Amino acid sequence: MPYVIVLVVLAVAILVITGPLRAGRGREELDERATRRAELEAARDAKYHEIRDAELDLRTGKLSDEDYQAVDRALRAEAIEIMHALDQVQSEPAPVASGG
Amino acid sequence: MAAVGRLLLIFALITTLYGIGASLYGARRGPRAWVESGRRAMYVLWGMAALAFVILDVAFVTSNFSYDVVARGSSTTTPTFYRVAAIWSTQQGSLLLWLLLLSGWSSLALFLTRRRVREIAPYAQAVLFALTAFFSGLLVFFANPFATTATPPAEGAGLDPLLRHTTMMIHPPMLYSGYTLMMVPFAFAVGALISGRLGAEWIQVTRRFALAAWLCLGFGILLGARWSYTELGWGGYWAWDPVENAALMPWLCVTAFIHSIMIQEKRGMLKVWNASLVLAAGSLAVIGTFLVRSGILSSIHAFVSDPTLNISFVALISVMVFGSIGLVTWRRDRLRSEAHLDSLISREAVFLFQNLVLIALTAVIFWITFFPLISQAITGTEVSVGPPAFRPFVVPLALIVVVLSGIGPIIAWRRVTVAKLRRSFALPVAATALMLAALLIVPGVVDHKLALAMFCAGTFVVCTVVQEFVRGVRARRAMTSEPPPIALAALVRRNRRRYGGYIVHAGVAVALVGVAASTSFQHSRTATIAPGQSVRLDGYTIRYVRPTASATAEKISLGAILNVSSGRSHVATLHTSYGLYPSQDPTQPIGRFFDGSSESRVGLKSGPLQDIWTVINPNVGPLQGLINQGDARFSRFLNDALSMPAAQRTQALNELYALRDAAIRGLAQRFVSHPWAATFLIIISPLVTWLWAGAIIAALGGLLALWPLPPRRRRLGRSRPQGEAEQAAPAPADLRARELV
Repeated sequence: MPYVIVLVVLAVAILVITGPLRAGRGREELDERATRRAELEAARDAKYHEIRDAELDLRTGKLSDEDYQAVDRALRAEAIEIMHALDQVQSEPAPVASGG
Repeated sequence: MAAVGRLLLIFALITTLYGIGASLYGARRGPRAWVESGRRAMYVLWGMAALAFVILDVAFVTSNFSYDVVARGSSTTTPTFYRVAAIWSTQQGSLLLWLLLLSGWSSLALFLTRRRVREIAPYAQAVLFALTAFFSGLLVFFANPFATTATPPAEGAGLDPLLRHTTMMIHPPMLYSGYTLMMVPFAFAVGALISGRLGAEWIQVTRRFALAAWLCLGFGILLGARWSYTELGWGGYWAWDPVENAALMPWLCVTAFIHSIMIQEKRGMLKVWNASLVLAAGSLAVIGTFLVRSGILSSIHAFVSDPTLNISFVALISVMVFGSIGLVTWRRDRLRSEAHLDSLISREAVFLFQNLVLIALTAVIFWITFFPLISQAITGTEVSVGPPAFRPFVVPLALIVVVLSGIGPIIAWRRVTVAKLRRSFALPVAATALMLAALLIVPGVVDHKLALAMFCAGTFVVCTVVQEFVRGVRARRAMTSEPPPIALAALVRRNRRRYGGYIVHAGVAVALVGVAASTSFQHSRTATIAPGQSVRLDGYTIRYVRPTASATAEKISLGAILNVSSGRSHVATLHTSYGLYPSQDPTQPIGRFFDGSSESRVGLKSGPLQDIWTVINPNVGPLQGLINQGDARFSRFLNDALSMPAAQRTQALNELYALRDAAIRGLAQRFVSHPWAATFLIIISPLVTWLWAGAIIAALGGLLALWPLPPRRRRLGRSRPQGEAEQAAPAPADLRARELV
């Protein structure tokens, strides 16, 4: 019985580990696109957080209007850049996954 | 099942080696499938480590003494609750726990980053595999937890009595979680340095792991302090022991890191500093692990020294330290700041200063902790250092950190105008001045200047935090007209990192006020008194009412009931006891029950303002004569019984052992029937509860900061209430139209 457990563990391990190597190249391209999108979404969310943070600083009296305008402008410009990049990724034609 | 466990560890080692190869091949040659295969290998590794851990823990729970580690670290008399935890009281078991936790956190980190930081992740993955390879290698070659013996003993040596404490169930896994979580940002920092992607991405994906490491290490340290306070019988919670310091140093480094990464995220500054900090924290986490199991510095918490493990750990630490220095030097050009400090009166300047103080604190603790080793290496003589060596440096630096933790939240990024500075500081400074005036009236307080300074610093921090909450709520209400509790909840929910951090600051300040008060204004006394006698301490009368005694298969417990009164009013009834565990010495059939390990149970009355703490040392000297007689008689009877024919021998032995057990119970009962004077250590400490309460507040704040936002909150949602969207970001039209409202 103990050795059956070992064999089962080994078989499952090999199946799980070699799974991606058995998948097709199309899957890899799909993954790449999804990864790029996820990265941009994360960057966008982080930027939103910074925008909200700056505004909270203004409203709690820690930032002057002048400083806030400068910070906010820069952050929003960066956010728009990220969103443009995100649009670009989303508008790219999706690769077709192939097996094997 | 031991063979299965051993095979699983060998497979685990092979998996780690495959993981290193696949990750690096994928990173250098391109095919992502290899990186993903490596990532999956980490999940498999975790599964194997978990299975091996379960097999070993089952052996502990079922008292399977054919496993060497079970025979050494457990016994049938060890309560089941502690048998589950006994696995990490052994060197091999704790290394297996390390592997389990490290592979678990690594799996989580790699899963969460599977679609992020593509250039960094493969290298980080390889580093995490290299670390797991080290620990699985140790388990396969040098510290096999599945070593068995063909002739298992009838009884195990048992778990160290000092470890039979509830917090010990959680304390080691918490510390190990902290250490292993620290490896995630360490690995991603190495990945960022190798790949040259040195922006804030690697920080964003590992920030939560650094925070979780901070939280787990902090909670582990807190549990250790509580264990020391209630179990070790010396009355303190922090002894500056090397193993305690080993956990504190990476915690301080991570504290600095959590703050300084905000500067890199916001301003693109301190890249070298952040990379160096996280690499130092990772190295210190491994140094801490090494200290616990090397025994190179004397500590009550350390495992027995093992030269093979020591050499392996020194090699790993050398690779981590020198590799880190090499990587940072190699990438120094890309680590240049994108901005400069606009003003010395800005939040980033405060963070930077606070970072410097925290690192100075770490350096001081490191130097003094390792001083005995350095001194021995240079002069050949061993010196010992205790708390007095730390205090002159640590207390002032801690004071500065507390003050800065109050200034940080109320000061703006980039620069501050004088008017805003005045507005932010007016109330906290006024409250602090009031507190100072009130404390100066209290007799004796002025004599303890550092404690007085800590009380004022604590007041300042708590006031700044309260002020920040009030201002935040007001700002929200101005936009939404919500009732204050709803506005508060919404404010905190939407800004968890910020307000969680503020709560941590308040908690740490409260905890340090507790530390200052309990160390500076403590009264203690050692007294040897008989039942009916009393002693006086700090206005209290402590009367030894009656002794208590019990004897079980696990231990003999001798204790006392004490009454504490103030004037005519009863304050508390305390019960303290001293547990005597049997040794395995066959030459003392009776005496061994009084001659093994011991532990103290503290009698404690905790209150919000004061703790009354006592522990008994019952002094078994008056029983020695009877014990010696018992040893002599029992040995004689035992020899007689053993010389009997087999048919009668078993019955005679059973009767003899029953008589022995009755004799031991009788001896223990003499402590009650013929009581003699026992020695008590009595301590009255103010505000100890503030330490625990402050630490819990800080932990809750940390949890709040760590808690992820629900997915719909991560973006500035399209369907939020109007006021909320306004608060989120009034925006240029194009941006607002797309995402912000």
